[in-house]
Amino acid sequence: MRAPAPEDFTSRLHGPALAARVGPALGVCFAICFLTGLLSHYAQQPSQPVPFPTSPAWGYRLTQGLHVVTGTVAVPLLLVKLWTVYPRLFDRPSRLDVRPLVVTALERLSVLVLVASAVFMLATGLANSAQWYPWSFSFRTTHYAVAWVAVGSLVLHVGIKLAIVRDELRRPLEREERPSVLSRRGLLRSTWLAAGVAALATAGQAVPWLREVSVLGVRSGDGPQGLPVNKSAAAAGVTAAATASGWALTVVHGDRSLRLTRDELLALEQRTEDLPIACVEGWSASGTWTGVRVRDLLDRVGAPRGSDVVVRSLQESGPYRTTVLQAGFADDDRTLVALALGGEPLALDHGYPARLIAPDRPGVLQTKWLDRLEVEA
Amino acid sequence: MIARTGLGALGVALAAYGAWLLVTRESDLVDVATWLVAGAVLHDVVLVPVVLVLGAAATRWLPWAARGPAAVGLVVLGSATLFAVPVLGRFGAREDNPTLLDRDYTAGWFVLTGLVLVGVLAATLVRARAQARRVGEGSNTRSG
Repeated sequence: MRAPAPEDFTSRLHGPALAARVGPALGVCFAICFLTGLLSHYAQQPSQPVPFPTSPAWGYRLTQGLHVVTGTVAVPLLLVKLWTVYPRLFDRPSRLDVRPLVVTALERLSVLVLVASAVFMLATGLANSAQWYPWSFSFRTTHYAVAWVAVGSLVLHVGIKLAIVRDELRRPLEREERPSVLSRRGLLRSTWLAAGVAALATAGQAVPWLREVSVLGVRSGDGPQGLPVNKSAAAAGVTAAATASGWALTVVHGDRSLRLTRDELLALEQRTEDLPIACVEGWSASGTWTGVRVRDLLDRVGAPRGSDVVVRSLQESGPYRTTVLQAGFADDDRTLVALALGGEPLALDHGYPARLIAPDRPGVLQTKWLDRLEVEA
Repeated sequence: MIARTGLGALGVALAAYGAWLLVTRESDLVDVATWLVAGAVLHDVVLVPVVLVLGAAATRWLPWAARGPAAVGLVVLGSATLFAVPVLGRFGAREDNPTLLDRDYTAGWFVLTGLVLVGVLAATLVRARAQARRVGEGSNTRSG
Protein backbone atom coordinates (compact mmCIF):
# COMPACT_ATOMS: atom_id res chain seq x y z
CA MET A 1 0.00 0.00 0.00
CA ARG A 2 1.42 3.39 -0.97
CA ALA A 3 1.08 6.62 0.99
CA PRO A 4 -1.72 8.85 -0.27
CA ALA A 5 -0.91 11.81 -2.51
CA PRO A 6 -2.75 15.16 -2.54
CA GLU A 7 -4.46 14.17 -5.84
CA ASP A 8 -6.16 11.25 -4.07
CA PHE A 9 -8.38 13.67 -2.16
CA THR A 10 -11.06 14.46 -4.71
CA SER A 11 -13.59 16.18 -2.45
CA ARG A 12 -14.29 19.81 -3.35
CA LEU A 13 -14.35 20.49 0.39
CA HIS A 14 -10.55 20.49 0.47
CA GLY A 15 -8.64 23.40 -0.99
CA PRO A 16 -7.84 27.09 -0.66
CA ALA A 17 -11.35 28.40 -1.46
CA LEU A 18 -12.61 27.21 1.93
CA ALA A 19 -9.30 27.54 3.79
CA ALA A 20 -9.22 31.25 2.87
CA ARG A 21 -12.71 31.71 4.32
CA VAL A 22 -12.46 29.72 7.55
CA GLY A 23 -8.85 30.77 8.21
CA PRO A 24 -9.52 34.47 8.87
CA ALA A 25 -12.34 33.66 11.33
CA LEU A 26 -10.03 31.27 13.16
CA GLY A 27 -7.31 33.93 13.10
CA VAL A 28 -9.68 36.42 14.75
CA CYS A 29 -10.51 33.87 17.49
CA PHE A 30 -6.82 33.23 18.14
CA ALA A 31 -6.10 36.97 18.22
CA ILE A 32 -8.88 37.53 20.80
CA CYS A 33 -7.64 34.56 22.85
CA PHE A 34 -4.07 35.82 22.71
CA LEU A 35 -4.82 39.42 23.68
CA THR A 36 -7.26 38.53 26.47
CA GLY A 37 -4.77 35.90 27.66
CA LEU A 38 -1.94 38.44 27.80
CA LEU A 39 -4.21 40.74 29.78
CA SER A 40 -5.06 37.97 32.24
CA HIS A 41 -1.40 37.04 32.60
CA TYR A 42 -0.52 40.66 33.33
CA ALA A 43 -3.38 40.99 35.82
CA GLN A 44 -1.77 38.16 37.82
CA GLN A 45 1.70 39.72 37.94
CA PRO A 46 2.53 40.87 41.49
CA SER A 47 4.47 43.85 40.14
CA GLN A 48 2.70 45.95 37.51
CA PRO A 49 4.68 48.86 36.00
CA VAL A 50 1.44 50.04 34.38
CA PRO A 51 -1.27 49.75 37.05
CA PHE A 52 -4.06 47.34 36.07
CA PRO A 53 -7.30 49.36 35.87
CA THR A 54 -9.93 48.87 38.58
CA SER A 55 -12.77 50.01 36.30
CA PRO A 56 -15.00 48.84 34.85
CA ALA A 57 -15.55 46.30 37.62
CA TRP A 58 -16.73 43.78 34.99
CA GLY A 59 -13.69 44.29 32.73
CA TYR A 60 -11.88 41.08 33.66
CA ARG A 61 -15.16 39.21 33.69
CA LEU A 62 -15.69 40.24 30.07
CA THR A 63 -12.15 39.60 28.81
CA GLN A 64 -11.72 36.24 30.52
CA GLY A 65 -15.23 35.10 29.54
CA LEU A 66 -14.34 36.02 25.94
CA HIS A 67 -11.03 34.19 26.26
CA VAL A 68 -12.66 30.88 27.10
CA VAL A 69 -15.67 31.23 24.78
CA THR A 70 -13.57 32.18 21.74
CA GLY A 71 -11.22 29.30 22.58
CA THR A 72 -14.20 26.93 22.55
CA VAL A 73 -15.58 28.45 19.33
CA ALA A 74 -12.13 27.95 17.78
CA VAL A 75 -12.52 24.15 18.10
CA PRO A 76 -14.93 23.68 15.16
CA LEU A 77 -13.14 26.43 13.19
CA LEU A 78 -9.75 24.74 13.64
CA LEU A 79 -11.12 21.29 12.79
CA VAL A 80 -12.73 22.53 9.56
CA LYS A 81 -9.71 24.65 8.66
CA LEU A 82 -7.39 21.65 9.04
CA TRP A 83 -9.84 19.51 7.03
CA THR A 84 -9.74 21.94 4.11
CA VAL A 85 -5.93 21.72 3.88
CA TYR A 86 -5.47 18.10 4.95
CA PRO A 87 -4.31 16.78 1.51
CA ARG A 88 -1.32 19.14 1.69
CA LEU A 89 0.02 16.90 4.46
CA PHE A 90 0.97 14.48 1.68
CA ASP A 91 2.66 17.01 -0.59
CA ARG A 92 5.92 15.77 -1.98
CA PRO A 93 8.34 18.45 -3.10
CA SER A 94 9.82 18.06 -6.55
CA ARG A 95 13.53 17.38 -6.40
CA LEU A 96 14.56 19.82 -9.11
CA ASP A 97 16.07 22.66 -7.17
CA VAL A 98 17.64 22.99 -3.75
CA ARG A 99 16.39 26.49 -2.89
CA PRO A 100 12.65 25.79 -3.22
CA LEU A 101 13.29 22.56 -1.33
CA VAL A 102 14.72 24.46 1.64
CA VAL A 103 11.92 27.04 1.51
CA THR A 104 9.32 24.28 1.34
CA ALA A 105 10.90 22.43 4.26
CA LEU A 106 10.87 25.60 6.38
CA GLU A 107 7.30 26.39 5.44
CA ARG A 108 6.18 22.88 6.34
CA LEU A 109 8.03 23.07 9.62
CA SER A 110 6.19 26.31 10.44
CA VAL A 111 2.86 24.66 9.62
CA LEU A 112 3.74 21.72 11.87
CA VAL A 113 4.58 24.10 14.72
CA LEU A 114 1.35 26.03 14.10
CA VAL A 115 -0.87 22.93 14.09
CA ALA A 116 0.82 21.37 17.13
CA SER A 117 0.72 24.58 19.17
CA ALA A 118 -2.85 25.46 18.13
CA VAL A 119 -4.20 22.03 19.10
CA PHE A 120 -2.16 22.19 22.31
CA MET A 121 -3.59 25.59 23.29
CA LEU A 122 -7.20 24.51 22.78
CA ALA A 123 -6.76 21.11 24.46
CA THR A 124 -4.94 22.42 27.55
CA GLY A 125 -7.22 25.46 27.85
CA LEU A 126 -10.40 23.38 27.71
CA ALA A 127 -9.06 20.84 30.22
CA ASN A 128 -8.01 23.64 32.56
CA SER A 129 -11.43 25.27 32.40
CA ALA A 130 -12.83 21.99 33.77
CA GLN A 131 -10.00 21.81 36.37
CA TRP A 132 -8.60 18.67 34.73
CA TYR A 133 -4.82 18.44 34.72
CA PRO A 134 -3.74 15.18 33.06
CA TRP A 135 -0.13 16.41 32.67
CA SER A 136 2.84 17.16 34.89
CA PHE A 137 3.92 20.55 33.47
CA SER A 138 2.78 23.85 34.95
CA PHE A 139 -0.39 24.89 33.13
CA ARG A 140 0.05 28.61 33.54
CA THR A 141 3.71 28.76 32.42
CA THR A 142 3.21 26.42 29.49
CA HIS A 143 -0.12 27.76 28.21
CA TYR A 144 1.46 31.24 28.26
CA ALA A 145 4.73 30.26 26.53
CA VAL A 146 3.08 28.10 23.84
CA ALA A 147 0.61 30.95 23.17
CA TRP A 148 3.55 33.03 21.88
CA VAL A 149 4.69 30.11 19.73
CA ALA A 150 1.17 29.64 18.34
CA VAL A 151 0.65 33.32 17.57
CA GLY A 152 4.16 33.67 16.13
CA SER A 153 3.71 30.74 13.76
CA LEU A 154 0.24 32.07 12.92
CA VAL A 155 1.63 35.50 11.96
CA LEU A 156 4.30 33.79 9.84
CA HIS A 157 1.61 31.63 8.22
CA VAL A 158 -0.51 34.70 7.42
CA GLY A 159 2.56 36.30 5.84
CA ILE A 160 3.10 33.25 3.63
CA LYS A 161 -0.56 32.82 2.63
CA LEU A 162 -1.72 36.43 2.41
CA ALA A 163 -1.65 36.57 -1.40
CA ILE A 164 -3.58 33.29 -1.75
CA VAL A 165 -6.24 34.43 0.71
CA ARG A 166 -6.64 37.74 -1.16
CA ASP A 167 -7.02 35.98 -4.50
CA GLU A 168 -9.49 33.44 -3.14
CA LEU A 169 -11.68 36.04 -1.44
CA ARG A 170 -11.97 37.96 -4.74
CA ARG A 171 -13.59 34.89 -6.32
CA PRO A 172 -17.10 34.23 -4.99
CA LEU A 173 -17.94 30.61 -4.09
CA GLU A 174 -19.87 29.17 -7.02
CA ARG A 175 -23.25 27.49 -6.59
CA GLU A 176 -23.12 23.71 -6.80
CA GLU A 177 -26.31 22.09 -8.08
CA ARG A 178 -26.03 18.60 -6.66
CA PRO A 179 -22.96 18.15 -4.47
CA SER A 180 -22.21 14.49 -3.70
CA VAL A 181 -22.24 15.18 0.05
CA LEU A 182 -22.00 18.87 0.89
CA SER A 183 -21.34 21.96 -1.21
CA ARG A 184 -18.58 24.38 -0.28
CA ARG A 185 -21.20 26.89 0.80
CA GLY A 186 -22.82 24.11 2.80
CA LEU A 187 -19.62 23.31 4.70
CA LEU A 188 -19.04 26.99 5.34
CA ARG A 189 -22.53 27.40 6.80
CA SER A 190 -22.09 24.24 8.89
CA THR A 191 -18.88 25.70 10.28
CA TRP A 192 -20.58 28.92 11.36
CA LEU A 193 -23.44 26.88 12.82
CA ALA A 194 -21.02 24.68 14.80
CA ALA A 195 -19.22 27.80 16.03
CA GLY A 196 -22.53 29.32 17.17
CA VAL A 197 -23.54 26.10 18.93
CA ALA A 198 -20.15 26.01 20.69
CA ALA A 199 -20.67 29.57 21.93
CA LEU A 200 -24.24 28.95 23.12
CA ALA A 201 -23.38 25.62 24.74
CA THR A 202 -20.71 27.17 26.99
CA ALA A 203 -21.19 30.96 27.30
CA GLY A 204 -23.73 30.54 30.14
CA GLN A 205 -20.82 29.94 32.52
CA ALA A 206 -20.23 33.69 32.26
CA VAL A 207 -23.50 35.12 30.88
CA PRO A 208 -26.35 34.62 33.37
CA TRP A 209 -29.22 34.75 30.85
CA LEU A 210 -27.62 31.96 28.79
CA ARG A 211 -27.36 29.58 31.75
CA GLU A 212 -30.35 27.48 30.74
CA VAL A 213 -29.04 26.77 27.23
CA SER A 214 -25.36 26.30 28.08
CA VAL A 215 -25.64 22.58 28.75
CA LEU A 216 -21.87 22.07 28.39
CA GLY A 217 -20.73 24.99 30.60
CA VAL A 218 -18.29 24.10 33.40
CA ARG A 219 -20.53 25.81 35.99
CA SER A 220 -24.26 26.28 36.23
CA GLY A 221 -23.62 29.47 38.22
CA ASP A 222 -25.19 28.02 41.35
CA GLY A 223 -23.55 27.44 44.70
CA PRO A 224 -23.74 28.37 48.35
CA GLN A 225 -25.28 31.86 48.62
CA GLY A 226 -25.92 31.79 44.86
CA LEU A 227 -22.27 31.77 43.82
CA PRO A 228 -19.97 28.97 42.55
CA VAL A 229 -16.85 28.03 44.49
CA ASN A 230 -13.44 27.60 42.87
CA LYS A 231 -11.62 26.00 45.79
CA SER A 232 -13.38 24.69 48.86
CA ALA A 233 -12.22 25.24 52.44
CA ALA A 234 -11.62 21.49 52.72
CA ALA A 235 -9.41 21.46 49.61
CA ALA A 236 -7.46 24.46 50.92
CA GLY A 237 -7.08 22.76 54.31
CA VAL A 238 -8.33 25.80 56.25
CA THR A 239 -11.52 24.51 57.87
CA ALA A 240 -10.05 24.34 61.40
CA ALA A 241 -8.19 27.67 61.21
CA ALA A 242 -11.13 29.51 59.62
CA THR A 243 -13.64 28.36 62.23
CA ALA A 244 -11.32 28.79 65.25
CA SER A 245 -12.78 31.11 67.89
CA GLY A 246 -9.53 33.04 68.23
CA TRP A 247 -9.46 34.23 64.61
CA ALA A 248 -8.54 37.84 64.01
CA LEU A 249 -7.41 39.83 60.99
CA THR A 250 -4.01 41.43 61.37
CA VAL A 251 -3.34 44.72 59.55
CA VAL A 252 0.29 45.85 59.59
CA HIS A 253 2.05 49.00 58.43
CA GLY A 254 5.68 49.27 59.59
CA ASP A 255 5.59 49.17 63.38
CA ARG A 256 1.86 49.92 63.59
CA SER A 257 -0.43 46.95 63.67
CA LEU A 258 -4.03 46.12 64.39
CA ARG A 259 -5.81 42.90 65.28
CA LEU A 260 -9.52 42.79 64.58
CA THR A 261 -11.85 39.91 65.42
CA ARG A 262 -14.85 39.29 63.20
CA ASP A 263 -17.11 41.08 65.69
CA GLU A 264 -14.77 44.06 65.77
CA LEU A 265 -14.76 44.14 61.95
CA LEU A 266 -18.56 43.99 61.97
CA ALA A 267 -18.63 46.94 64.37
CA LEU A 268 -16.77 49.14 61.84
CA GLU A 269 -18.63 51.01 59.11
CA GLN A 270 -20.05 48.42 56.70
CA ARG A 271 -20.21 49.01 52.95
CA THR A 272 -22.09 47.01 50.32
CA GLU A 273 -20.84 46.54 46.76
CA ASP A 274 -22.04 44.49 43.77
CA LEU A 275 -18.90 42.91 42.36
CA PRO A 276 -18.28 39.87 40.18
CA ILE A 277 -16.07 36.88 40.90
CA ALA A 278 -14.44 36.21 37.52
CA CYS A 279 -12.30 33.11 37.40
CA VAL A 280 -9.35 32.56 35.05
CA GLU A 281 -11.20 29.40 34.00
CA GLY A 282 -13.80 31.58 32.29
CA TRP A 283 -16.82 31.31 34.60
CA SER A 284 -18.07 34.34 36.44
CA ALA A 285 -20.96 35.41 38.64
CA SER A 286 -21.94 38.58 40.43
CA GLY A 287 -22.44 38.87 44.18
CA THR A 288 -23.55 41.52 46.68
CA TRP A 289 -20.76 41.81 49.22
CA THR A 290 -20.85 43.59 52.55
CA GLY A 291 -17.85 44.36 54.71
CA VAL A 292 -15.20 46.89 55.65
CA ARG A 293 -13.55 49.05 53.02
CA VAL A 294 -9.87 48.05 52.75
CA ARG A 295 -8.88 51.73 52.56
CA ASP A 296 -10.60 52.37 55.93
CA LEU A 297 -8.44 49.64 57.51
CA LEU A 298 -5.28 51.00 55.90
CA ASP A 299 -6.11 54.47 57.25
CA ARG A 300 -6.31 53.01 60.75
CA VAL A 301 -2.65 51.94 60.56
CA GLY A 302 -1.63 55.19 58.87
CA ALA A 303 -0.74 53.67 55.49
CA PRO A 304 -0.36 56.39 52.84
CA ARG A 305 -2.35 56.13 49.62
CA GLY A 306 -0.42 54.52 46.78
CA SER A 307 0.87 51.62 48.90
CA ASP A 308 0.82 48.00 47.72
CA VAL A 309 -0.56 45.54 50.26
CA VAL A 310 0.58 41.95 50.75
CA VAL A 311 -2.47 39.80 51.43
CA ARG A 312 -2.07 36.50 53.23
CA SER A 313 -4.58 33.72 53.55
CA LEU A 314 -4.95 31.11 56.28
CA GLN A 315 -3.99 28.53 53.64
CA GLU A 316 -0.83 26.68 54.62
CA SER A 317 0.40 26.36 51.05
CA GLY A 318 -0.50 26.96 47.41
CA PRO A 319 0.57 29.60 44.89
CA TYR A 320 -2.10 32.07 46.01
CA ARG A 321 -1.45 31.85 49.76
CA THR A 322 0.25 35.25 49.55
CA THR A 323 -0.73 37.76 46.88
CA VAL A 324 -0.14 41.44 46.24
CA LEU A 325 -3.04 43.88 46.26
CA GLN A 326 -1.67 46.69 44.13
CA ALA A 327 -2.15 50.28 45.30
CA GLY A 328 -4.80 51.00 42.67
CA PHE A 329 -7.02 48.24 44.09
CA ALA A 330 -6.15 48.93 47.73
CA ASP A 331 -7.20 52.56 47.34
CA ASP A 332 -10.38 51.84 45.37
CA ASP A 333 -13.49 52.53 47.45
CA ARG A 334 -15.15 49.32 46.22
CA THR A 335 -12.39 47.04 47.52
CA LEU A 336 -13.65 45.33 50.67
CA VAL A 337 -12.73 42.89 53.37
CA ALA A 338 -16.04 41.12 52.84
CA LEU A 339 -17.84 39.57 55.80
CA ALA A 340 -21.19 38.85 54.19
CA LEU A 341 -22.52 37.76 50.81
CA GLY A 342 -26.11 38.40 49.75
CA GLY A 343 -26.91 39.69 53.24
CA GLU A 344 -25.81 36.49 55.03
CA PRO A 345 -22.55 35.78 56.83
CA LEU A 346 -19.98 34.56 54.29
CA ALA A 347 -20.15 30.78 53.71
CA LEU A 348 -17.02 28.87 54.71
CA ASP A 349 -16.34 27.96 51.06
CA HIS A 350 -16.62 31.63 50.09
CA GLY A 351 -13.89 32.63 52.55
CA TYR A 352 -15.41 32.87 56.08
CA PRO A 353 -14.51 34.59 58.35
CA ALA A 354 -13.38 37.30 55.89
CA ARG A 355 -12.26 37.54 52.27
CA LEU A 356 -10.95 40.12 49.90
CA ILE A 357 -13.15 41.36 47.05
CA ALA A 358 -11.99 44.00 44.57
CA PRO A 359 -13.32 45.23 41.21
CA ASP A 360 -11.87 44.01 37.87
CA ARG A 361 -9.56 41.32 39.29
CA PRO A 362 -8.92 37.65 38.49
CA GLY A 363 -10.79 35.41 40.94
CA VAL A 364 -7.62 33.67 42.15
CA LEU A 365 -6.49 37.01 43.60
CA GLN A 366 -9.73 37.57 45.54
CA THR A 367 -8.10 35.97 48.57
CA LYS A 368 -10.36 33.91 50.84
CA TRP A 369 -9.91 33.07 54.55
CA LEU A 370 -7.94 36.25 55.21
CA ASP A 371 -5.21 36.17 57.84
CA ARG A 372 -3.16 39.31 57.34
CA LEU A 373 -2.88 42.54 55.36
CA GLU A 374 0.61 43.98 55.38
CA VAL A 375 1.37 47.32 53.77
CA GLU A 376 4.59 47.21 51.76
CA ALA A 377 7.19 49.75 52.77
CA MET B 1 6.30 41.57 -0.56
CA ILE B 2 7.31 43.96 2.22
CA ALA B 3 4.20 43.01 4.18
CA ARG B 4 5.04 39.34 3.69
CA THR B 5 8.62 39.70 4.85
CA GLY B 6 7.57 41.88 7.77
CA LEU B 7 4.93 39.43 8.94
CA GLY B 8 7.33 36.55 8.48
CA ALA B 9 10.06 38.19 10.56
CA LEU B 10 7.59 39.26 13.26
CA GLY B 11 6.14 35.75 13.40
CA VAL B 12 9.54 34.11 13.77
CA ALA B 13 10.46 36.57 16.53
CA LEU B 14 7.23 35.97 18.49
CA ALA B 15 7.54 32.19 18.19
CA ALA B 16 11.20 32.31 19.22
CA TYR B 17 10.24 34.33 22.30
CA GLY B 18 7.65 31.68 23.18
CA ALA B 19 10.21 28.90 22.74
CA TRP B 20 12.65 30.79 24.96
CA LEU B 21 9.96 31.25 27.64
CA LEU B 22 9.18 27.56 27.48
CA VAL B 23 12.78 26.38 27.73
CA THR B 24 13.76 28.79 30.52
CA ARG B 25 10.64 28.65 32.70
CA GLU B 26 9.20 25.16 32.30
CA SER B 27 11.11 22.21 33.72
CA ASP B 28 9.00 19.35 32.38
CA LEU B 29 9.77 19.82 28.69
CA VAL B 30 9.39 16.13 27.82
CA ASP B 31 5.77 16.22 28.94
CA VAL B 32 5.15 19.45 27.00
CA ALA B 33 6.70 17.93 23.85
CA THR B 34 4.61 14.79 24.27
CA TRP B 35 1.41 16.83 24.43
CA LEU B 36 2.43 19.03 21.50
CA VAL B 37 3.17 16.05 19.26
CA ALA B 38 0.26 13.94 20.50
CA GLY B 39 -2.33 16.58 19.59
CA ALA B 40 -1.14 16.96 16.01
CA VAL B 41 -0.69 13.21 15.53
CA LEU B 42 -4.12 12.34 16.98
CA HIS B 43 -5.69 14.85 14.62
CA ASP B 44 -3.81 13.83 11.47
CA VAL B 45 -3.66 10.06 12.01
CA VAL B 46 -6.88 9.29 13.88
CA LEU B 47 -9.51 12.03 13.65
CA VAL B 48 -9.30 12.96 9.97
CA PRO B 49 -9.06 9.35 8.70
CA VAL B 50 -12.17 8.50 10.75
CA VAL B 51 -14.06 11.43 9.17
CA LEU B 52 -12.80 10.40 5.70
CA VAL B 53 -14.14 6.88 6.24
CA LEU B 54 -17.47 8.27 7.47
CA GLY B 55 -17.63 10.46 4.35
CA ALA B 56 -16.94 7.50 2.08
CA ALA B 57 -19.56 5.42 3.89
CA ALA B 58 -22.12 8.23 3.59
CA THR B 59 -21.55 8.54 -0.16
CA ARG B 60 -21.99 4.82 -0.56
CA TRP B 61 -24.90 4.00 1.74
CA LEU B 62 -26.86 7.13 2.55
CA PRO B 63 -29.51 8.36 0.10
CA TRP B 64 -28.52 11.65 -1.49
CA ALA B 65 -31.10 13.69 0.41
CA ALA B 66 -29.63 12.60 3.76
CA ARG B 67 -25.94 13.13 3.01
CA GLY B 68 -25.73 16.90 3.26
CA PRO B 69 -27.77 17.13 6.49
CA ALA B 70 -25.75 14.25 8.00
CA ALA B 71 -22.51 16.07 7.19
CA VAL B 72 -23.80 19.27 8.84
CA GLY B 73 -24.82 17.21 11.87
CA LEU B 74 -21.37 15.64 12.04
CA VAL B 75 -19.61 19.02 11.97
CA VAL B 76 -21.84 20.41 14.74
CA LEU B 77 -22.06 17.36 16.98
CA GLY B 78 -18.54 16.09 16.34
CA SER B 79 -16.87 19.33 17.34
CA ALA B 80 -19.20 19.82 20.33
CA THR B 81 -18.41 16.30 21.55
CA LEU B 82 -14.69 16.94 21.23
CA PHE B 83 -14.64 20.21 23.17
CA ALA B 84 -16.96 18.67 25.78
CA VAL B 85 -14.62 15.74 26.56
CA PRO B 86 -13.37 17.34 29.81
CA VAL B 87 -16.89 17.96 31.14
CA LEU B 88 -18.42 14.71 29.81
CA GLY B 89 -15.66 12.71 31.50
CA ARG B 90 -15.94 14.85 34.68
CA PHE B 91 -12.21 14.22 35.15
CA GLY B 92 -11.75 17.36 37.26
CA ALA B 93 -14.75 16.74 39.54
CA ARG B 94 -14.07 16.98 43.28
CA GLU B 95 -16.07 15.59 46.17
CA ASP B 96 -15.49 18.71 48.24
CA ASN B 97 -16.76 21.13 45.59
CA PRO B 98 -20.25 20.40 44.25
CA THR B 99 -20.34 23.71 42.33
CA LEU B 100 -17.67 22.50 39.89
CA LEU B 101 -18.96 20.53 36.88
CA ASP B 102 -22.41 20.74 38.45
CA ARG B 103 -24.51 20.00 35.40
CA ASP B 104 -25.72 16.67 34.07
CA TYR B 105 -23.44 16.82 31.03
CA THR B 106 -24.50 13.43 29.68
CA ALA B 107 -28.13 14.59 29.61
CA GLY B 108 -27.04 17.88 28.04
CA TRP B 109 -25.13 16.02 25.35
CA PHE B 110 -28.15 13.80 24.62
CA VAL B 111 -30.40 16.85 24.32
CA LEU B 112 -27.92 18.42 21.89
CA THR B 113 -27.68 15.15 19.96
CA GLY B 114 -31.49 14.91 19.86
CA LEU B 115 -31.79 18.44 18.48
CA VAL B 116 -29.15 17.73 15.84
CA LEU B 117 -30.88 14.47 14.82
CA VAL B 118 -34.26 16.21 14.53
CA GLY B 119 -32.61 18.87 12.38
CA VAL B 120 -30.91 16.28 10.17
CA LEU B 121 -34.15 14.30 9.73
CA ALA B 122 -36.21 17.40 8.95
CA ALA B 123 -33.69 18.65 6.39
CA THR B 124 -33.51 15.18 4.82
CA LEU B 125 -37.31 15.02 4.42
CA VAL B 126 -37.45 18.50 2.90
CA ARG B 127 -34.68 17.62 0.45
CA ALA B 128 -36.25 14.25 -0.44
CA ARG B 129 -39.58 15.97 -1.20
CA ALA B 130 -37.93 18.62 -3.34
CA GLN B 131 -36.10 15.86 -5.17
CA ALA B 132 -39.31 13.89 -5.75
CA ARG B 133 -41.01 17.02 -7.07
CA ARG B 134 -38.18 17.61 -9.52
CA VAL B 135 -38.40 13.99 -10.68
CA GLY B 136 -42.17 14.43 -11.05
CA GLU B 137 -41.63 17.48 -13.21
CA GLY B 138 -39.31 15.39 -15.34
CA SER B 139 -36.64 18.02 -15.32
CA ASN B 140 -34.22 16.17 -13.13
CA THR B 141 -30.99 14.62 -14.23
CA ARG B 142 -30.36 12.21 -11.42
CA SER B 143 -26.85 11.81 -10.29
CA GLY B 144 -24.75 10.42 -7.44
